[in-house]
Amino acid sequence: MQNQQSNKEAILSAANNLRWEVGENFHDTLMESIYLNASDISKRAVTLPLENEDINWEKKIDRILTSRYLGFPIMFLILGLVFWLTIVGANIPSSFIASVLLDTVHPALKSFAASISMPFWLDGVLIDGAYLAMAWVVSVMLPPMMIFFPLFTLLEDFGYLPRVSFNMDSLYRKVGAHGKQALTMAMGFGCNAAGVVATRVIDSPREKIIAIITNNFSLCNGRWPTQILIATIFIGAAAPAYIAGIVSAAAVVFIAVLGIVFSLLVSWGLSKSVLKGEASAFSLELPPYRPPRVLRTLYTSLIDRTIFVLWRAIVFAIPAGIVIWLVGNITIGGESIGNIFMDWVNPFAFILGLNGVIILAYIIAIPANEIVIPTVLMLTVMSLGLTGVGEGSGVMFELNSISATKDILVAGGWTLLTGINLMLFSLLHNPCSTTIYTIYKETKSVKWTMVSTFLPIVMGLIVTFFVTQIWRLIVN
Amino acid sequence: MNMNANNCETCPVHNAGNLKRLGIDMSSFDFVVALAGNPNTGKSTVFNNLTGLKQHTGNWPGKTVTRAEGGFEYNNSKFKLVDLPGTYSLLSTSTDEEVARDFILFGQPDVTVIVADATRLERNLNLILQILEITERAVLCLNLMDEAERHNIKIDERMLSKDLGIPVIPATARYNKGMNELLNSIFEVATGKFECKPHRIKSKSRELNYAVEKLSKMLIDEFPNLPNVKWVALRLLEGDQSIIDSIRDGELGKIYSSVKQNLEIEQVV
Repeated sequence: MQNQQSNKEAILSAANNLRWEVGENFHDTLMESIYLNASDISKRAVTLPLENEDINWEKKIDRILTSRYLGFPIMFLILGLVFWLTIVGANIPSSFIASVLLDTVHPALKSFAASISMPFWLDGVLIDGAYLAMAWVVSVMLPPMMIFFPLFTLLEDFGYLPRVSFNMDSLYRKVGAHGKQALTMAMGFGCNAAGVVATRVIDSPREKIIAIITNNFSLCNGRWPTQILIATIFIGAAAPAYIAGIVSAAAVVFIAVLGIVFSLLVSWGLSKSVLKGEASAFSLELPPYRPPRVLRTLYTSLIDRTIFVLWRAIVFAIPAGIVIWLVGNITIGGESIGNIFMDWVNPFAFILGLNGVIILAYIIAIPANEIVIPTVLMLTVMSLGLTGVGEGSGVMFELNSISATKDILVAGGWTLLTGINLMLFSLLHNPCSTTIYTIYKETKSVKWTMVSTFLPIVMGLIVTFFVTQIWRLIVN
Repeated sequence: MNMNANNCETCPVHNAGNLKRLGIDMSSFDFVVALAGNPNTGKSTVFNNLTGLKQHTGNWPGKTVTRAEGGFEYNNSKFKLVDLPGTYSLLSTSTDEEVARDFILFGQPDVTVIVADATRLERNLNLILQILEITERAVLCLNLMDEAERHNIKIDERMLSKDLGIPVIPATARYNKGMNELLNSIFEVATGKFECKPHRIKSKSRELNYAVEKLSKMLIDEFPNLPNVKWVALRLLEGDQSIIDSIRDGELGKIYSSVKQNLEIEQVV
């Protein structure tokens, strides 16, 4: 053992001595000879055109897309266009899917359950709870996803997202974070868990933690449908019909941009306080523009994103549906426990311009943001004991269009203010459980996982509080 | 090449039918193939083409941060394909680049396929040359040829192949072009039909060569199974702290075996 160790030390000391002999700069010499070899070989094999028009063409586009003055307005315009197309296009398939799943399949399942005389609680949990929750998720979320994700993927494949990062990176450096955080932020627009994993490209642990904590401020796949739906119902509807689509799209862009602003503010706050330090330098390579392969993109965005998100929503909606049915049907002193809880938090929620339904929905929907809207709808119906649209407490109802969704929410006491606050709260609340777990795996720290989980909630409470108070001051 | 009926068997078009995409089924395999290259050169697209898997590809540098694995069968040999994160250099230290570096160095793939961007060959060559320093068997997949053509960039792939000492396959993975030729080259290199004579970087100083030789010999005596001794010696000369530590506590031997072991356990999720 002794001998072995001395062999190892001998190697190290030989290395030390030899290091002096080869000279200190040998790394540079080595790199230099690699570059020289590379340039020789490339000279022999590659013939470059004299005047490269295409590369000039790309440079011209880059100059516009990443220009100091036009970069951001163009970014807002492109994002706005994507949302507008989604909002305008989503209404038609939505009512079709709802009519199939809710008007046809659900009654069929009910009568089947009756024919085999299934006990009422099993019928309730499975068909009125789990099945309806799933049907809801599919009919409310599938149409916007089918339009939004392919468009977003086309933008990504074309090479636009790295330009967004390029526009953003100087901002991130100014607030003391790593410029590459702009990239991980853009990844978060798809999925925050993926964005958190992507922070591995950041070398410095300090900047990596900042990027992880702030990734949640990028609206993710699970939250886009909520934003789009609520913007359509409340904000678009407050505007004249001919510009409703544009106004709703602008509202979603505003929330997304607000998320970016929050990620910058929080990064700045962290890098000036608990995570102090200088931003490190890096280079970002702009990939060439590539004509997107439309069919392939449609296929992969359907498989990778739409089906993935939908599947996750369904998987989590089933247990959530069961929970909703249970909180609607387990009673204490004649009152369901769901209603007891909601009555109890209502005064507190009122200060925030939200309501008990939304608070309970966010608790039930911790596993997946995707099911917030279906849960809100189910709880609203349950708490109102709506008849005509529903079939009893905790039971979903036949709903076949976005305007019917609005009727339910308005009946539940929702106003424009509730809609705005829900959009804000959807941006500023805890990450989903998958993301929380991913954050823990990446940081290996309970402390930073807790910070990433609770910081956004605290911010959400503060922001909705002030928005509500100011709104009420102005309106009254 | 003699022109007779046997030509069919060496012709990639004939062999196209011999490709069986195995997806994530990698129960047993004869050869391990690593996919390496600069970021955003289309490694994941090549990976999907060969394995039939649908890893999401993106027009982003740094899309792949961990390695993905899949399998395919060609000419009755089973291959395991490992998609590595893109890296600019084997001499750097960030986590995503380490994954690629450790695997090429210590995972000892049977063939390393280097995917390069044909429109930025000179810059890509820096990594290509570094990889050729540490591997005996490699294939260069010159990807994005459609873009190179659009930009009027012409590449003499025979000259390149001669200079690098490995097969060079022009390809456009996005449109599935050149994949059969690539498979054929991977097969030939893996089975030894094609013998690589990888380019080695010239004009290292005599002192450096002497120092590397001397350290390599000492390292081999101490860690007999260590692959890429020369590279380790080089890092040692540079004073790489992680290498120094791993020699001192004897972990160096373990890096090798752990990468090898991971290779057998991990599967693509």
